[in-house]
Amino acid sequence: MAVLNEEQTMLRDAAKAWVSEKSPVTAFRKMRDGGNEDGFDKAAWKEIAEMGWTGIIIPEEFGGSGLGYLTLGLVLEEMGRTLTASPLLSTAVATTALLLAGSEALKQEWLPKIAEGKAIATLAVDEGPHHAPEKIALTAKKSSSGYTLSGKKVFVQDGGAADLLIVAARTSGKGKTGVTLFLVPGNAEGLTRTKLKSVDSRGIANLELKDVEVRASAVLGSADNGFDVLDATLDRARAALAAEMLGAAAQEFETTLDYLKTRVQFGQAIGTFQALQHRAAKMFTDLELTRSCVEAALSAIDRNANDIPALCSLAKAKVSELAHLVSNEMVQMHGGIGMTDAHDSGLYLKRARVAEASFGGASFHRDRYASLMGY
Amino acid sequence: MSAAEKLDPELESFRTQARAWLAANFPPSLKDKDVSMTAMAGVTLTGDAKLWQERMGAKGWGTPTYPKQYGGGGLTPAQTKILQAEMARIGAKNPIGGMGVMMFGPTLLEYGNEEQKARHVPGIVTAKVRWCQGYSEPGAGSDLAALRTQAVDKGDHYLVNGQKVWTSGAQFADWCFCLVRTDNTKKHEGISFLLIDMKSPGIEVRPIKLISGHSPFCETFFTDVKVPKENLMGPLNGGWTIGKRLLQFERAGLGGGGGSAGRGGSAASLEEVARKYVAIDEKGRIADFDLRARLTEHLMSAKAFALTIQRAQAEAKSNMSPSATTSIMKNAGSKLQQERAELLLEIMGHQGLGWEGEGFARDELESTRAWLGGKAVTIYGGTYEIQHNIIAKRILGLLDHQ
Repeated sequence: MAVLNEEQTMLRDAAKAWVSEKSPVTAFRKMRDGGNEDGFDKAAWKEIAEMGWTGIIIPEEFGGSGLGYLTLGLVLEEMGRTLTASPLLSTAVATTALLLAGSEALKQEWLPKIAEGKAIATLAVDEGPHHAPEKIALTAKKSSSGYTLSGKKVFVQDGGAADLLIVAARTSGKGKTGVTLFLVPGNAEGLTRTKLKSVDSRGIANLELKDVEVRASAVLGSADNGFDVLDATLDRARAALAAEMLGAAAQEFETTLDYLKTRVQFGQAIGTFQALQHRAAKMFTDLELTRSCVEAALSAIDRNANDIPALCSLAKAKVSELAHLVSNEMVQMHGGIGMTDAHDSGLYLKRARVAEASFGGASFHRDRYASLMGY
Repeated sequence: MSAAEKLDPELESFRTQARAWLAANFPPSLKDKDVSMTAMAGVTLTGDAKLWQERMGAKGWGTPTYPKQYGGGGLTPAQTKILQAEMARIGAKNPIGGMGVMMFGPTLLEYGNEEQKARHVPGIVTAKVRWCQGYSEPGAGSDLAALRTQAVDKGDHYLVNGQKVWTSGAQFADWCFCLVRTDNTKKHEGISFLLIDMKSPGIEVRPIKLISGHSPFCETFFTDVKVPKENLMGPLNGGWTIGKRLLQFERAGLGGGGGSAGRGGSAASLEEVARKYVAIDEKGRIADFDLRARLTEHLMSAKAFALTIQRAQAEAKSNMSPSATTSIMKNAGSKLQQERAELLLEIMGHQGLGWEGEGFARDELESTRAWLGGKAVTIYGGTYEIQHNIIAKRILGLLDHQ
């Protein structure tokens, strides 16, 4: 566990208390079974905003607390433990883009609303089944009043509920050059949103943009040069998501460990069998190593260190491997009960895979890490 | 450095003293050279190296936190940190090392009686007396408490008979700290901790040749060896607790936190070596994509390990309660070390498989030997499997199979 200051410790403890009282896994299950189309509980989201978590990365001048990404990570980690579904992460990602490149006017317009929990925001990047920020094809053409956007975005987290979308579009060139980020309101004319049902029961949507008109002032940063901002935004998204995944994996491990101590076969607890003990020790080792990576990435962001990209790829790759291992072991070590819908194992397993694929999986980030290191 | 340390005038005055003493006593020819472990390899120091060891030994700063009354530095942890920083600043390495300092010394200070401390600590502090460890036996490896080397009470002395194995540096050692059986009716509670003079009649040492070609370990035979009763450390039949405590010091120094983890053979980075031996594609990537993927996975794990050491240090420095992080260090570190050696070998191809002589560069041969020697790291100091048992039982609270 990272060394925390008093404010961080208080917030972490508050998050721990809130998720166990107000948002245990049973709440997620209820939301899932209730046919909630948004993929999150509105009352819980209201409480999250009231506790100030929506403003953790927003500076005080815009109505937030400016505590930073490590602090956001602490809260997301606790939420990950109980599979709390909320648009906190998506909104923080879009907020990040605004913080990194938004004009003063855009910040004034959106940040206070986000901090108050009055606006849900998200980032729309991918256009295919795999995370590939360099392959943006959605076009933005100059018009008399600004730009006209056409194309599609897929698997956008909380894309159905978002009041504000940050859309990565191609204004020219290919690959990393010629990418521009646009603010698009969720109710823009020409935008069609299709809510999808994914295995983790959270809000995810496909977007179809048909000649969506935006003003020139809706450009985030400068036209054609949006890739660096996008990349930096994605890194913060990866580190924050890694914190949520770390929390989920820690909980999966602890639940499994409890089961090893209580499930009796052959006249003794199955946790006395060395084959299972060694697999538990391996998971514990991986958890500790991964925690160091996640905390290092979040701290690097707060310090604005120069190795943020490598550390974020390290964190997301490691946490994806961990999530994969621990969620599988949770099902296997629980045996038959782990296969039932009544048990939580399946819920964690499903969330793990979606989170692994989001913002780049382990192989994406291993490749990126190697390229960043120059080999 | 925290603000509080920066402002403490007493510590700053110590810094000035340490800097002046080092300037006057550290031979510049030894910059960045580590001579601390040469004694275990049987090398006798000469010239500047000898001088530096003698000066640090006399000052007690090779063992900075040991009490002054036994020749140690008597420094506080804060002063020790400053001394280390000052030494690092000028590239001065601690010349006092070996089994005595790393393992036996801290245990002796904790469990030895006054007479034993007065007799043995000064030799450790000055590195004049070399110690070896008599723990493992042919029938007692991972199950160390199955040891059978017998010490029989003969009134004024113990008569020792038996065999120890993997006694590191025994062929050069002056003394041996040894676990012996003093009660055959009990297992763990029948073991005592005995200090044995290696010059005693009846001791025979045979070096063991390893797969790497080196002989860092020995077999040590005891035949009717008389050991004075005053050499019993701690209570009779109370040796297991002391022996285990000592292993904690050992594990802290091996694999985990030792800084050597992830290394093995060539000092060059793996990616540099790969550039030299494997083709590079037009984008500057290692052209063998399978190798590149595995190399990357290894280097990312090595980074994760380095970050974990940093985290453990930060936690230790703060007032947080000690975390379980350190328990994973030995296995994580030793696996990385072996993985690196295997990758290095694979990258070098046949150039990495030479034994000696022409056709192979020096660092190629060193890599090969380090790969072979490195197989030991998941065996000594508690095997990989024993470390997993320890994590499962002590940290995770899983019980023994009945």
